[in-house]
Amino acid sequence: MSILVIADHDNAALKNATLNAVGAASKIGGDITVLVAGSGCAAAGQAAAAIAGVTKVLVSDAPYYKDGLAESLAALVVGIASGYTHILAPATAFGKTVAPRIAALLDVAQISEITAVVSADTFVRPIYAGNALATVQSKDKIKVITVRSTGFDAASRTGGSAAVEALAPAPDAGLATMIGRELTKSDRPELTAAKVVVSGGRGMGSGEAFKILEPLADRLGAAMGASRAAVDAGYVPNDWQVGQTGKIVAPELYVAVGISGAIQHLAGMKDSRVIIAINKDAEAPIFEIADYGIVGDLFTVVPELVKELG
Amino acid sequence: MKVLVPVKRVVDYNVKVRVKSDGTGVETANVKMSMNPFDEISVEEALKLREAGAATEVIAVSCGPTACQETLRTALAMGADRAILVETDAELQPLAVAKLLKAVVDKEAPGLCIVGKQAIDDDCNQTGQMLSALLGWSQGTSAYKVTVEGDKLNVVREVDGGLETVVLKMPAVITSDLRLNQPRYVTLPNIMKAKKKPLEILKPDALGVDVAPRLVTLKVEEPPKRKGGVKVPDVQTLVLKLKTEAKVIE
Repeated sequence: MSILVIADHDNAALKNATLNAVGAASKIGGDITVLVAGSGCAAAGQAAAAIAGVTKVLVSDAPYYKDGLAESLAALVVGIASGYTHILAPATAFGKTVAPRIAALLDVAQISEITAVVSADTFVRPIYAGNALATVQSKDKIKVITVRSTGFDAASRTGGSAAVEALAPAPDAGLATMIGRELTKSDRPELTAAKVVVSGGRGMGSGEAFKILEPLADRLGAAMGASRAAVDAGYVPNDWQVGQTGKIVAPELYVAVGISGAIQHLAGMKDSRVIIAINKDAEAPIFEIADYGIVGDLFTVVPELVKELG
Repeated sequence: MKVLVPVKRVVDYNVKVRVKSDGTGVETANVKMSMNPFDEISVEEALKLREAGAATEVIAVSCGPTACQETLRTALAMGADRAILVETDAELQPLAVAKLLKAVVDKEAPGLCIVGKQAIDDDCNQTGQMLSALLGWSQGTSAYKVTVEGDKLNVVREVDGGLETVVLKMPAVITSDLRLNQPRYVTLPNIMKAKKKPLEILKPDALGVDVAPRLVTLKVEEPPKRKGGVKVPDVQTLVLKLKTEAKVIE
């Protein structure tokens, strides 16, 4: 088995999800090569070489790899694909945009968002917003896979000493150009990697009301998230959305505040270890999956909780 | 410019799906079916482009059994000009759908395909990217805002940390995300009108596409159930339980 993991990175550092993808690769077993394609991405390449369990790192450096655009990257990966039995990418925005393109060019299926490895050709993946788990077997020679981070432990960032090799860039596809990024600035942990997540829903009633969650998130060292309803209502930015089509999270502790618990929201957080629900509607579906529910007005309960936590 | 919009018939998003007891899939008999919500957004975006004068014709395409005609009629009732059904009872996986769509694109020569970012049944998020790859076109996935500027397309995309904007060479494939637009409602007069709009039926064989599945579904099962449902009377009890029982905080 020879596995290629496509790193999601910002040229300087690796995204956490890359480590989970390496974790999935080690479950499959075999040599693990990490591809870092970027521009001025030597630091990310060094970081990849230090990951425990990685055999080799390929660094491909070209200006047109800077922004992770799928058209050029897919061409690069397809050029080296024949040397591998598996090509893995984290199921991040980056991985999801590039992996299907690679699969189609190789004329193989892509297996989306696996949460478990059964064997080298058989994987488990959630379907229907996580209401069912499918076990699928691939008949293709090369398995192209995206890895859901919450399904696999992250490989250690240290302990590895893989050889770093330069990989000649493929020609620029010249189809797309990045012209701007508006990234949400936050001192809080990244939503998908946080140990604790505090999320608000439609019950918050306004964007202003999310301020009431901040002291709680501060106390718990939490990332902040939201339900689709809260995002659609314009209370908070899109990238806060937890759910089937937003971020999938599985923290140690998930605090759902003013969230009723629509199926598509549960799909994004029900694998959290401990779930707390605070909602004034005792019949809200969120209580059915919450380990601890409090029925009450969030504007009273949340400040009380902060005080009690000290 | 023609705009091609694939639409998929899926279990309605309000239906709580049940896994079949024999573990072969989920129950779809006698279950309400609808157009995949992301495809509704795609149809709406195509109609808006036509209304703004950037597109001349909107063609809805579906791949699957005869019943997909209903989904196509919905797209026509929303305002699509005509429809194509690539009819087959075979199981279709994203790669096969992308190949069928490519064959339709080769026939119709659209300047833009707007594809839902994922279908809410298989949750794959693949077809648009695969179609783009097979065509050798540019792609703008998870579109939040789309603007046509001459022979270029400006696409604001939803990404993990916020938004990013890419400029794509046309022709292009974009995949629609939730906040691209709010799809219009279908009115009764438009449903009547849609019945008279052309709906062409093609077969995979005639398009020269092998749709054989590459993945075999060995089993489908229910996810492990959470043992939730415990309510605590007050915040003091909650904090005590978090510390001593769940041990998630100190």
